[in-house]
Amino acid sequence: MLTTMTKPVWTDSLTKRYGEVTAVDELNLTIEQGEVYGFLGPNGAGKTTTLRMLLGLIAPTSGGVRLYGKDSTTRGYLDAVGALIEGPAFYPYLSGRENLRVLAGHAGMTASRVAVVLDEVELTDRAGDKYSTYSLGMKQRLGIAAALLKDPALLILDEPTNGLDPAGMADMRGLLRKLGAQGRTVLLSSHLLGEVQQICDRVSVLSRGALVAERPVGELGAGGRLVVVTAQPDIAHTRLVAAYGDDTVRRHDDVLELDVDESDAAKINADLVGAGIDVSELRWRRPNLEEVFFSLTGGNHAA
Amino acid sequence: MLLSNIRAELAKALRRPANWLLLAVAVTLSLTFAYLIPYAGYAGGTATPPNSDLGLPGMLPPAYVGNAIGGMPVFAGALAVILGVLVVGTEYTATTWKTVLAQGPSRATVYASKLATIAVATLAMTLVLAAVSAGASTLVAAVENQPLDWPPLTEQLAGIGGGWLVALMWASFGALLAVVFRGVALPVGLGLVWLLAVQNLLAGIAAPLVDWIADLQLGLPGPNAGSLVAALGAGTDTPGVATTVGGGQAALVVAAYLVAFAVSGGWLLSRTDLD
Ligand SMILES: Nc1ncnc2c1ncn2[C@@H]1O[C@H](COP(=O)(O)OP(=O)(O)OP(=O)(O)O)[C@@H](O)[C@H]1O
Ligand SMILES: [Mg+2]
Repeated sequence: MLTTMTKPVWTDSLTKRYGEVTAVDELNLTIEQGEVYGFLGPNGAGKTTTLRMLLGLIAPTSGGVRLYGKDSTTRGYLDAVGALIEGPAFYPYLSGRENLRVLAGHAGMTASRVAVVLDEVELTDRAGDKYSTYSLGMKQRLGIAAALLKDPALLILDEPTNGLDPAGMADMRGLLRKLGAQGRTVLLSSHLLGEVQQICDRVSVLSRGALVAERPVGELGAGGRLVVVTAQPDIAHTRLVAAYGDDTVRRHDDVLELDVDESDAAKINADLVGAGIDVSELRWRRPNLEEVFFSLTGGNHAA
Repeated sequence: MLLSNIRAELAKALRRPANWLLLAVAVTLSLTFAYLIPYAGYAGGTATPPNSDLGLPGMLPPAYVGNAIGGMPVFAGALAVILGVLVVGTEYTATTWKTVLAQGPSRATVYASKLATIAVATLAMTLVLAAVSAGASTLVAAVENQPLDWPPLTEQLAGIGGGWLVALMWASFGALLAVVFRGVALPVGLGLVWLLAVQNLLAGIAAPLVDWIADLQLGLPGPNAGSLVAALGAGTDTPGVATTVGGGQAALVVAAYLVAFAVSGGWLLSRTDLD
């Protein structure tokens, strides 16, 4: 028990209710030293509420939290923790650098790390400009820089790629992978399955405040469907249903989806082509978050 | 930890244009109503009613401290409320509480740093108003060929200290309002309604009619602030300045309100959820 309680993150039946709404429902989480942990869930699942409780911003209705064995009333509770919760928030009339200097003061440290973290998030060039003039991507990066000020062993990041364009997302994911590779423990929340698959070691899936699954990342997105696109969907559909059964084949216009093993793909292709059907596309599609949810919750919790 | 948090709060306040605007407004209003308008009236030869401080003596060096702190019960007090609201309420409107607290300081440390910043800012405002009044008095004395008779140093220090106490009390009232209403707009609005409307209605209309309201007045922050600055030399023809209670009692009541506002603001902040 003692060792469990000194893990970077440990929660015990953590619960938060807002009137009728149970935002977080008896959550038990343990995050290991050095792992990059994904916290996956759709909008409203309770990710931000959980992270706010970890930081002591809001009080749990019941249950408890420990970070490295300390609870939120302990002095120095957040000494080893850096966080970005629900989007960056800074003083608009200060520059990026001045914002970080002020935050270093709140952390009780000198400003010596300000230049280091600005470099780390590649914001040094624009650090003298007012925060109010920053693009969303720059604001997010400043948010990460603030989270890195204390050189924390545990980083808690709430949807840091939210609102970024594809290039900005790719940049941010590169940065997150780099931070994870530095040996820090990272808790990353996201509603994008692909994102946690690219970055995380282990993932938990949250739905309506409750933990519905916790897996090594490789197991979570496993499975999928074979997608067949053809100019003769009617004939192809009839033939495939005859071969694999009605339950296995789904049709959307000229796209057929087959719930088969990935290894059947070559055989199916040969069979269709042999029957004179033109196959213009044949590919394996990984499940999306909705489908993962559906399979984990039997559809009861899917958002 | 506390010292570096105070430095952080001071940096925020110093770099914020709105705070400098508040100071400029305080100086402008103070100069206008304590010197420019009275001097225009005096120079224009308008008969000065007896007992009024608005005549030439009211603009000369012996009266400068009273002129500097006469606004604290109402208009400079209103500016102090706005200052207090801004220092605390901006963390709600900019949603920066999470950003600040994620760095690890306790809420009590941050709130204490904010009150320290408010104390520095209101002291600066009081000193600037005193300097500006002293300058204006010197100018009037020079133009009117009057001697430069400065009040005794102890009197000057007592006046500045009393004015500061009143300004600080109002600013911590603003800070408390910001915590209660979690923002800026509503706290500023309600703070000003209290200072500028309710207090006047109570003093001007309700108290003369209803005995218990007159008694209640003796314990409210506004009339005590007015009595304190009156005891320290502010003219009783200034709005909100009156000799309702004695100076010593007034100082104690104002100080008690300051402590009550500061403690209840910190207490409430420490036990509410922050976004
Ligand atoms: N202050 C609050 N008052 C009332 N309900 C709240 C409050 N904060 C959160 N909730 C509710 O709690 C639930 C979880 O919200 P939360 O913000 O934690 O979700 P999330 O997983 O972070 O979603 P998103 O992906 O949209 O950020 C939602 O139903 C939300 O409406
Ligand atoms: Mg969220």
